[in-house]
Amino acid sequence: MLKARQLSFHFSPSLPLLQDVSLTLRAGQWLGLSGDSGAGKSTLGKLLAGYLAPQTGDVILDGEALPTCGVQPVQWLPQSPELAVNPRWRVGKILREAWTPSDAQCQAFGVQPSWISRFPQSLSGGELQRVCVLRALAPEVRFLVADEISTMLDPITQLELWQALKREAEQRQLGVLVISHDSALLERLCPQRLHLSEGQLKPW
Amino acid sequence: MRQTQPRLRAAFSLGVTALLVIGLIASQWLLGDSPQQMQFNARLAPPGVDHWLGTDALGRELWARTLAGLALSFWVGCLAALLSTLIALSLAAIATLSARLDALVSLLIDTLLSVPHLILLMLIAFALGGGTQAVIIAVAVTHWPSLARVLRAELWQLRQAPYVRISRALGKSRWFVLHGHLLPHLIPHCLVGALLLFPHAILHEAALTFLGFGLSPSQPAIGVLLADAMRYLSGGYWWLGVFPGLGLLLMVLGFKRLSSHLRRAL
Repeated sequence: MLKARQLSFHFSPSLPLLQDVSLTLRAGQWLGLSGDSGAGKSTLGKLLAGYLAPQTGDVILDGEALPTCGVQPVQWLPQSPELAVNPRWRVGKILREAWTPSDAQCQAFGVQPSWISRFPQSLSGGELQRVCVLRALAPEVRFLVADEISTMLDPITQLELWQALKREAEQRQLGVLVISHDSALLERLCPQRLHLSEGQLKPW
Repeated sequence: MRQTQPRLRAAFSLGVTALLVIGLIASQWLLGDSPQQMQFNARLAPPGVDHWLGTDALGRELWARTLAGLALSFWVGCLAALLSTLIALSLAAIATLSARLDALVSLLIDTLLSVPHLILLMLIAFALGGGTQAVIIAVAVTHWPSLARVLRAELWQLRQAPYVRISRALGKSRWFVLHGHLLPHLIPHCLVGALLLFPHAILHEAALTFLGFGLSPSQPAIGVLLADAMRYLSGGYWWLGVFPGLGLLLMVLGFKRLSSHLRRAL
């Protein structure tokens, strides 16, 4: 179980972004997070994945602090896949940075064998996003923070990506925090939804 | 077209510079010991058919001495620029390891940048007892700060890049991130940085030798030739200073042009 306990965070002391925010994400749970632009959704996602450290409060996984080395059990998936890959690496090397997905897994996520020897610049945003999602699904991973991962994709690609992720998550009991502006998408994917505004979380 | 033109230009100036450098190095075999050969019947002869660029006070051919001086400067410049780049890269890499080390490296960079180059160069060369080795070391330890500052800033920016953060989150070690993600990105910067350092290095080598702290007066270095020329300038023997100075200027300008073309292309 991933727990955030009374997190407070600010980039400048005069402008607090998150105040006493607590949330719990259980294994296998899909939790939706919405909020206006600049409300702090991505910041909360990065705090949960350990990319940022809160000024007060803490993030605990099964009663312990997040590990500082090794594959992180909480993985953050960013909105722009172009920034999430090394432009000098080929897709095969990017995909296998932490683990080697099976052919079946590649197929489920629509990752074509012909992409392996290509550079990321020659893939579309949607294709690259699928590579990034699959890369983050290492066996040690138990929770995902999906930060607007389908915003830039066309509806069909969105559907394929979420279906593949849903299957994988159900199989492995992954907990997923879906961050999005799209309330229809959140309603479809997540039984529980939260809304972030003025630094506080409210049920939606 | 806009993409290819800088590359074409860079390839062209790389070709020209490489040819000149090969010519310069090859000329050293053909010259043999002619830069040292004295002709007492042709002392201080002006440039002409018999003596292309004139001779010096001991009747030594100036064209041979200038070529030998440029070749010597080239090697000193190469080694010093290479060493300098290595120092800059290592310190920039060390600076990324912790905030405290970064502060220390920044302090070192600022301190070295605030001291005039030439004074530091003279002190180090003098402390090391002069000679080729001392000049190379002195130039190398004084020329890295500007490149180190660029590399450090580049590394700090890269470390914040999402793919680098994700690599760490995927369990990759700092060492893997450094040599897998960060260093390959820095190689073009290092190449251009070394090329930009090179003209500085040979100019300072010549200055140091001119002032008497560098290479030994028996070597036909450009600095030695220019220092010799000073003594005869008032006598109207202009060729002693003009030709070695012109050779040095051409070499410096050639490498500056090459590095600016490469910077635009890479």
